[in-house]
Amino acid sequence: MTSLVDSVAARNATVEEELARRGIDRREFFKLCGAIASLMALPAGAAEQLAAAVAKARRPSVIWLSFQECTGCTEALTRSHSPSLESLIFDLISLDYHHTLQAASGDAAEAAREAAMKENAGKYLVVVDGSIPLGNPGYSTIAGVSNIETLKEVVAGAAAVIAMGTCAAYGGLPAAQPNPTGAVAIRDLIKDKPVVNIPGCPPIPIVMTGVIAHYLAFGALPELDGLGRPKAFYGETIHDRCYRRPFYDQGKFAETFDDEGARRGWCLFKLGCKGPVTYNACATSKWNGGVSFPIQSGHGCIGCSEPNFWDAGGFYNALSMPAHPLNVGAGIAAAGAAAGVAVTFFNRGKKGAAKAGHETTTLDDLEK
Amino acid sequence: MDQLQFLTWVRGTGLNLTLAIFVLGVIWRLIEIYGLGRKQDLSAPRDVAGASGWHTIYRRSIPPPGMLKLSPVSYIGGYVFHVGLAVVVFLFAPHIALVASLLGPTWPGLPSQVVDFVSVVTMAAMVAVLADRITKPAKRFLSTFGDWFTWTLTFLPLLSGWLAVHHLLLPYTLMLALHILSVELLLIFLPFTKLFHAFTTFGSRWFNGAVNGHKGVPV
Repeated sequence: MTSLVDSVAARNATVEEELARRGIDRREFFKLCGAIASLMALPAGAAEQLAAAVAKARRPSVIWLSFQECTGCTEALTRSHSPSLESLIFDLISLDYHHTLQAASGDAAEAAREAAMKENAGKYLVVVDGSIPLGNPGYSTIAGVSNIETLKEVVAGAAAVIAMGTCAAYGGLPAAQPNPTGAVAIRDLIKDKPVVNIPGCPPIPIVMTGVIAHYLAFGALPELDGLGRPKAFYGETIHDRCYRRPFYDQGKFAETFDDEGARRGWCLFKLGCKGPVTYNACATSKWNGGVSFPIQSGHGCIGCSEPNFWDAGGFYNALSMPAHPLNVGAGIAAAGAAAGVAVTFFNRGKKGAAKAGHETTTLDDLEK
Repeated sequence: MDQLQFLTWVRGTGLNLTLAIFVLGVIWRLIEIYGLGRKQDLSAPRDVAGASGWHTIYRRSIPPPGMLKLSPVSYIGGYVFHVGLAVVVFLFAPHIALVASLLGPTWPGLPSQVVDFVSVVTMAAMVAVLADRITKPAKRFLSTFGDWFTWTLTFLPLLSGWLAVHHLLLPYTLMLALHILSVELLLIFLPFTKLFHAFTTFGSRWFNGAVNGHKGVPV
């Protein structure tokens, strides 16, 4: 009974009340708001306003749907360095349904989802990780219901949808060629609700926290770019903000993963880094509590937050190199030579004909 | 097709098609041009100092006396843009990486700021020679579609590359794809337009010099 009362109280609590109930230091909360404001490039003083607005907001009900995915997105959120700013996301929201995290299972789990949908109709947020298979509904089901049916049913009463991770945002790995399940992104299916894409494989946890904090503080989703990503986090490329960028500008590149250049931390462009074409906040927010990010640990960016990055050429091919092995071979050269010889024969034939047709001019001709 | 798919296409299928047409076209045109042949000159050669193919290659690389003053834009602008183009094409690290991946050899590049400066100077020189071509009645009269077309084909890769590096006008991914596409167009048309002088300039100079040298005329 006590837990039920707690649960109801928690569901109706504001963020501030929930933080207090959990005994979380307000300093941590202000740090979170400061980090978000900074990452979103909000003006000075905005952190305080953000904190005040978020603290007073009622925690939104969130239904988390997992479709064709690997659970990496959830892992990124829950397994990050703890206690972390990112982990506070669970204090900003009321997570009412999540396969992996909820204690309930089977009918009880589905009942929790339905109850949350009914109670918060028109107001709850739907977070989706994973793509939707259209090839055959049986490729991925939950409680015997196809992903597309579940998605449409749950999204019908939602305020907005957050496509978490590259699979939900752009199809991701399941949609990579030859896309055997006919996987599509959430935005391909949901046209009548706002959909925010938070791509990444996995996405950066604080980006999701930022989107929710923005929603709580300003009552609206952040401004999005053409690919449905919040501009505040995806406005610049990894390359723009990479600490190795000066080496790129100086023309200093690691040629292999264990050469002198690699040891000196030179640019990884020639080793296939996709930082120049990848829009994400990894280089600024970093991972694991701000410890590092892939380029810092010595591996080029693979471009995991871009659409179709799996099929964008090899991870180890520099952007200026061919994406796939070329097949311009001796056949082409032979065809060129054959064309050249044929044209030469034609030209010589014309020349020969002109020579043969030449008539000697006589004095009589000139007098005509 | 999204931007990254477009970039992947120009780096894959597009590049494949381009190189196939380029290689085919270059071999075809070289055989065609050198296969034209010339009538054998049966006269006795006249040896005159400075009259040979090699002399002509050198002589035609520098302005004839007085011409620099008469047509400074052509000579200075022409030199600046040709040398600049060579620097940008062959000394920018990503370009070297492409050549290394296609053919094997590699060499040190220049810092990207230097290449950036050279590319701006090169574009300025190209604009100057274009303006000169437009404003000088004789040059304008002699210009054909091929001249305007090849100028555009040469200028677009420089402009798009520079815009891409500076993240101007369009997202980098799209601009990079357009840059590569513009280079591909240049390579596709190179064997079949005036741009083929990249392969024939020195050969034809040598030939003219040798023919005239045989007659004792230093040209």
